[in-house]
Amino acid sequence: MVYFLIFISAIFVNNIVLSQFLGICPFLGVSKKIDTALGMGAAVTFVLVLATICTYLLQKFVLEAFGIEFLQTIVFILVIAALVQMIEIILKKISPSLYQALGVFLPLITTNCCILGVAILVANDTMKLPAGAESGLLTGVVFAFATALGFTLALTLFAGLREQLSMNKVPAAMKGTPIALLTAGLLAMAFMGFSGVV
Amino acid sequence: MNKYAKTFLNGIIFENPTLALVLGMCPTLATTTSAINGMSMGLATAFVLLCSNVVISLLKNLIPDKVHIPAYIVIIASFVTMVQLAMQAYLPALYETLGLFIPLIVVNCIVLGRAEAFAAKNSVGLSAIDGLGMGLGFTLSLTVIGAIRELLGTGMIFNTRIYADNYGMLIFVLAPGAFIALAYIMALVQKIIKK
Repeated sequence: MVYFLIFISAIFVNNIVLSQFLGICPFLGVSKKIDTALGMGAAVTFVLVLATICTYLLQKFVLEAFGIEFLQTIVFILVIAALVQMIEIILKKISPSLYQALGVFLPLITTNCCILGVAILVANDTMKLPAGAESGLLTGVVFAFATALGFTLALTLFAGLREQLSMNKVPAAMKGTPIALLTAGLLAMAFMGFSGVV
Repeated sequence: MNKYAKTFLNGIIFENPTLALVLGMCPTLATTTSAINGMSMGLATAFVLLCSNVVISLLKNLIPDKVHIPAYIVIIASFVTMVQLAMQAYLPALYETLGLFIPLIVVNCIVLGRAEAFAAKNSVGLSAIDGLGMGLGFTLSLTVIGAIRELLGTGMIFNTRIYADNYGMLIFVLAPGAFIALAYIMALVQKIIKK
């Protein structure tokens, strides 16, 4: 039950993009078509879950065990960069079709702040959890997976809106990023309706 | 106008990282709940940008081309850790508010972008000026966005009351307000630039 609540909380109530402001760059950058939005979402889900497991174990058994928590930022970003590179190489070798689908998005993911952000939140046990949830590896992984689903949902919804938007007339000054931001604002307002559910 | 002044103004106005290049959107939206928060985030980023630009420019001939991106990231991450530790020690209240977004300066596209596009190709002095200009440009736009959101949301600027509290529109301090305020500011900038 608690895991179900984590899902609701991370997808709707505290959506990573629309209420935590993480991963805005891909949200604005690769959201012009629903297909690319889904591809990016899948790639982020894949990397986020793996990165969370790796960084959580590193934090508990290396950084905290040796009392060098201040190296967290440097270690995490290097681990994530290496992990992304590794996933790219492995995917290319064992599953060319999956690589075709996710490949173009993988290099972009290293500098996606939602990966590092979630890794730090989980490792420091500071993520927003519903009442009754104990922090730990399993909770962290469920949280990371749910967060990635929330990211995919926001990205796909936004892509759908932008596909519609591209056919409409927009005032010259609002063209491009401004109108996209305005749409995102309305979407965020809709998601505010979920606050207080969990 | 000599090239130093030109580089400096380029970062602040013509290639303003937030309003003209649309980079570093996450901290821009998340930390501009008030003018003070926006300015602090901007200054923290400006410090990292200045230092990383100088160091990368100094080391540009020593770093092998194949590993230049990881090397840059390590340099940037070291400065971010310095800011993080200094802030924890001297400004704990501010560190609490900005929270996660201080370590996330590492993945801010502006910092790596300037390292790659400018510091790796130019002299130390020019890179320092570029880092400073870009950093101050970022600080300026964050402060302006923060001030506008604070004014509309709570009726205050830099904690000085302008109009009564109950006329404030709380939505501008919350998440949707960030998107909407930034959308209109950008539209205004586009309008002015295109004239």
